[in-house]
Amino acid sequence: MTAVLPEMPCQEFVEHVTDYLEGALTAVDRARLEAHLARCADCAHYLEQLRVTQRLAGRITPGDVTPGMRDELMAAFARWQSARVSVEPESSEPGDDPPPV
Amino acid sequence: MVVDAYTPGMLRVARMYVSTLASAEEVVQDTWLAVVRGIDAFEGRASLRTWIYAILVNQARARGRREQPAVPFASLAADEARAPFHAVDPDRFLPANADDEPRHWASAQRHWDELPVERLEARETLAAVLEAMRVLPPAQRTVMALRDLEGLTSEEVCQALGITLGNQRVLLHRARSRVRAALEHHLEA
Repeated sequence: MTAVLPEMPCQEFVEHVTDYLEGALTAVDRARLEAHLARCADCAHYLEQLRVTQRLAGRITPGDVTPGMRDELMAAFARWQSARVSVEPESSEPGDDPPPV
Repeated sequence: MVVDAYTPGMLRVARMYVSTLASAEEVVQDTWLAVVRGIDAFEGRASLRTWIYAILVNQARARGRREQPAVPFASLAADEARAPFHAVDPDRFLPANADDEPRHWASAQRHWDELPVERLEARETLAAVLEAMRVLPPAQRTVMALRDLEGLTSEEVCQALGITLGNQRVLLHRARSRVRAALEHHLEA
């Protein structure tokens, strides 16, 4: 059965990998992805890189900022803020007060 | 105590939006005030944790862009999920018309578990992850922070942010892919 499934190239693998981890792939795509993963060491390494990324994100603590980084972050943040100025001027946002639950 | 249990995690999330720890602490304080003020409105249909994080994200976003017009989160999320995106630069793959292995990696991927643990867990590495997350588009940053920093479930994130499971997955995918790419740049430079 797997023989008739179209191959999943690496470039497709990297776009499906989150849906795979979230259990959201169709049975067919899951089979294609796992077949690819079984024989592609590069994609196995890519998957591991994503897991390392997640693991490191989980270790961030509020004080994790190296000296000198703050200015760069402030600049990036200011760029983001000024970019947002041009976006639609909505007047209300659901919940600076507690949202209705 | 609920406050003691939640505050460290809330500080980490608030830190995604503001530049100083002091500001993050103020966001958390404001959040607790809002929680206390609004506790009568909490009817238990969401978990307390989901409800608190929904307030926290709104408080943190408000502080992070004080003078900016507010954009509803669901519309930010939909816009970000619709924009063109490549998890990995297309130049990293062989072309679709290659004779051998089309759309496969053009060069090998590094095995990060072979890096020295001191390098992988260095403060500079965590700082690179933090920086990469902080410059993510805002909806992506929020979803990744709640999932990967705080360990909320996808259902809790959807409930806290008012987005669909589908959008949540797209945003998480884009965020993690971008942070991975930034980390690759940092580790392999």
